[in-house]
Amino acid sequence: MTGLELRAEDVALGYGGRAVVTGLDLTAEAGEVLAVLGPSGCGKSTLLRAFAGLLPAASGRVLAGGEPVTGPSADRALMFQDDALLPWRTARRNVELALSLRGVRRAERRAAADRWLERVGLGDAAGRLPRELSGGMRQRVQLARTLAAGPRAILMDEPFGALDAQTRASMQRLLLDVIADAPATVVFVTHDVDEALLIGHRIAVLGTGGVTARFPAGASRDEVLAALGARTDTKETV
Amino acid sequence: MSRLLRWPVRAASLLAALAVWQVLTAANVRLWVRFDRFPGPADVLHEFGRQAGHGQYWQDVAQSLVRILTGFALAAVLGVAAGVATARSRWAGDLLQPLFEVARPIPAIALVPVAILLFPANEQGIVFITFAAAFFPVLVGTRHAVKALPVVWEDAVRTLGGSRARVLLQVVLPGILPGVFGGLSIGMGVAWICVISAEMISGDFGVGYRTWQAYTIVDYPGVLVGMATIGLLGYLTSAAVELAGRRLTRWLPREDRS
Repeated sequence: MTGLELRAEDVALGYGGRAVVTGLDLTAEAGEVLAVLGPSGCGKSTLLRAFAGLLPAASGRVLAGGEPVTGPSADRALMFQDDALLPWRTARRNVELALSLRGVRRAERRAAADRWLERVGLGDAAGRLPRELSGGMRQRVQLARTLAAGPRAILMDEPFGALDAQTRASMQRLLLDVIADAPATVVFVTHDVDEALLIGHRIAVLGTGGVTARFPAGASRDEVLAALGARTDTKETV
Repeated sequence: MSRLLRWPVRAASLLAALAVWQVLTAANVRLWVRFDRFPGPADVLHEFGRQAGHGQYWQDVAQSLVRILTGFALAAVLGVAAGVATARSRWAGDLLQPLFEVARPIPAIALVPVAILLFPANEQGIVFITFAAAFFPVLVGTRHAVKALPVVWEDAVRTLGGSRARVLLQVVLPGILPGVFGGLSIGMGVAWICVISAEMISGDFGVGYRTWQAYTIVDYPGVLVGMATIGLLGYLTSAAVELAGRRLTRWLPREDRS
């Protein structure tokens, strides 16, 4: 299994006739980790929803592996910033859900869920409900659930945005560790420059008019900050 | 208040009410309200003992329970189904919602003449009235619960490869349980009011019918035995709904689980 190339070609996205982003051209190459930077409201999450197949493009083309995206698929898993665990399922059963939707047998999916929870450091918490877990632990479960089904593209919507600095750093290390073993393409949305530099193989800076700057691996923090500063249509500090 | 103290306090509250009742009737108090002809707790207890020794009392209880459980079960199933359908399908909403909104304000007990016309037997009419009483609270509770579901739960399951049917089974039905049980609790209370009223108006047996019969022959202790029976049955069935709701929604964050 290989990563899935994700491509947006001259795409406009919005809700109820209100455009959030227009003229967007962006490609995440198969197997790379693309960090997408930009301030709140610039359309980062909207772009992920389009790649996930949850939001159709108002114009332009959204492609996954060269095929038009027409709806959600288990090949393109989305990890949310919000608490997206089902609160009536234990950590184990939340992870199992990803596998049961793929038709994996009960005993097999239970063993796989336990392995993933072990992998994210939550082997002891498998039987706990989400309300019994901290914010960082819940995001670990979500990460395990996202990866368990073996998606070819992982779309991450500021997954550590709500965590404290220490938990965030530990989650970033964990993510780097687990995606090193996964062949999937990762699109990682953040508004934190340091996080983008740490996690991304490449960085794209997004504004409401599309991609305003692109950086290869090894770009300097100042360069990226300057690109963000050049976008003068927002007062938000990035 | 500590958990150990709560049950004695609750029991003491009931006993105090009985004691006040006993004093008012034993002293034949006549103020603005009159207790001189009102049966006291001892009279009612004696009458209950007499009735409990006869099979008819238990047949009435069983009959009322069968009626309410049948109507309530129908209301639970159809109320949840209609609530989910109208909240999730625009087509179903446009088709059914106007009908429900027009029918909802009509008190179920006002449907007695309709039930008499529609159904060949009283029994079916009473079950229909009980159903109509419980249906709307369940429908409204379900519809609001569906609309209040966090979109992120559904999106998460869809992006993991879940179909619409799987979203319904894995997200919607478990996620709406707190709202559904809110509707079921209200529905159970209203269903009792309506089943007893319907039995009083058109029944041939049942606790409501027997209570009304006791009134027509000026058997006031019998009336109060009927009232106490209705209260106890209502309490037990509502407690069963509450208990089932708590068991099935253990995942909800609760400060106090008492």
